[in-house]
Amino acid sequence: MDPVLNSGDTAWMLISTALVMLMTVPGVALFYGGLTKKVNVLNTMFMSLIAFSITSIIWVLYGYQFAFGEDMLFGLIGNPVNLLFSGIGVDQLSTLATTVPETVFIAFQMTFAAITIALVSGAVVERMKVSSWMVFVVAWVTLVYVPIAHWVWGGGFLAQLGALDFAGGTVVHINSGVAALALVLLLGRRKDTKLLPHQLGYSVIGAALLWFGWFGFNAGSALTAGGLAGQAFINTNTAAAAAMISWVIIDYLKTGKPTVLGAISGAIAGLVAITPAAGFVTVQAAVIIGLITSVVSYFAISFMKSKLGYDDALDVFGIHGMSGLWGALATGLFAAPFVNELGTGLFYGNPGQLVTQIIAIVVVAGYSFVATLIIGKVIDIVMGLRAEEKEEIEGLDITQHEETGYRI
Amino acid sequence: MKEIVAIIRPNKLDEVKDALEKIGCHGITVTEVKGRGRQLGITESYRGSDYRIDMLPKTRLEIIVADEDLDGVIKSIVETAQTGDIGDGKIFISAVEEVVRIRTGERGEKAV
Repeated sequence: MDPVLNSGDTAWMLISTALVMLMTVPGVALFYGGLTKKVNVLNTMFMSLIAFSITSIIWVLYGYQFAFGEDMLFGLIGNPVNLLFSGIGVDQLSTLATTVPETVFIAFQMTFAAITIALVSGAVVERMKVSSWMVFVVAWVTLVYVPIAHWVWGGGFLAQLGALDFAGGTVVHINSGVAALALVLLLGRRKDTKLLPHQLGYSVIGAALLWFGWFGFNAGSALTAGGLAGQAFINTNTAAAAAMISWVIIDYLKTGKPTVLGAISGAIAGLVAITPAAGFVTVQAAVIIGLITSVVSYFAISFMKSKLGYDDALDVFGIHGMSGLWGALATGLFAAPFVNELGTGLFYGNPGQLVTQIIAIVVVAGYSFVATLIIGKVIDIVMGLRAEEKEEIEGLDITQHEETGYRI
Repeated sequence: MKEIVAIIRPNKLDEVKDALEKIGCHGITVTEVKGRGRQLGITESYRGSDYRIDMLPKTRLEIIVADEDLDGVIKSIVETAQTGDIGDGKIFISAVEEVVRIRTGERGEKAV
């Protein structure tokens, strides 16, 4: 039977696309913007804003075509037959989401690419030159995001191997977290490495918008408006809630008080961890994934970061990288065939899935780290990555943009 | 004449102002300031790390009074601005040689 357009699926995908857009701007922009110093608030938000615009253009011109074109070169990249958006008919149905138009699937995937690079910005805020960031966005989306998206989602070699990533545990979160780590190693530490949020209220609003948008991110990844979308939706909410509660418990144990930043950090960690598993696991597994992920991210942020001495300003590696890692592993443990026939994890009798997940994690993390280091190094040699010391002290809003966030 | 400079908690300003008004002390200049006392600020915790915030927001009052009103004003500020906890602030008193009301040119206590 020929595929037929389903208006319910299409409507849900359009809404999901808009929801994921909301995650980047204003979600990430506010979440990160509130956590920085007040002399860097505009620069921090700008990094997300411009990342969204640049990625939007790359995606329609060539990004989607290489990521989701028919597989070639032994699973490394897609065949870009529709360069510059040519030959994509208005009513043409997507091959990967067979009941929705290809244009809708392209737009949906575009928002994933955009948020992934926007997430990276959190690690490098308060010291990276804005011109270098814009060049980095172009190079990174092209050379890192697009191939990885093909490997995992576009029919590439990791997909052929059977790697499970429902909505972006490896493609989005491990990828952005590891790239963030590579970039901060090149940039070096800020002069003032304290995390003293200048407006935590922004971050609460940003985190809440991320949570809201994440329903489109995860439930939209079902690519249909049906039971699987519902399962992904409830799993998403459940894991975020569980992770917030476990972070608050850790806060209580460590300091005796529940911090607001801890609560929203936990929620984001939970959302990250459930992302690869959202459409593969039961609600009970989502609770466990959520409860454990805060422990993983908290350990990375409060212990590993200070031990290793890297300056991940807003803990992109600690939260997205580490919770993404746990989520990808957990998918290999908890994937239940009665939730989604495409995934059977270790606890349902398929230990091989865990091995496949580990291979995907190692490949994606390894490639993302090395490729980001090379891209960053080349940009550093050509135009410099880091703002001058006096610009960093004065703040990047004035020195990079000639604007100020507050005039009170 | 004396100048009273009082550093108080910002949330105590309205109470202090009302108390001073009750005893007939109207002239007051208020500034939002930051500073620290002997305890060197407070500690805040973000994502498991503790940071010392050593410049806290305070409110600075400047009041010029006649010598005989000095004790009443000090008593009133202490009674209303006091919580008993660290960070209640301080009062500094110094002598004022001359006061001039710009509108009329009056000098001395008449100009206070």
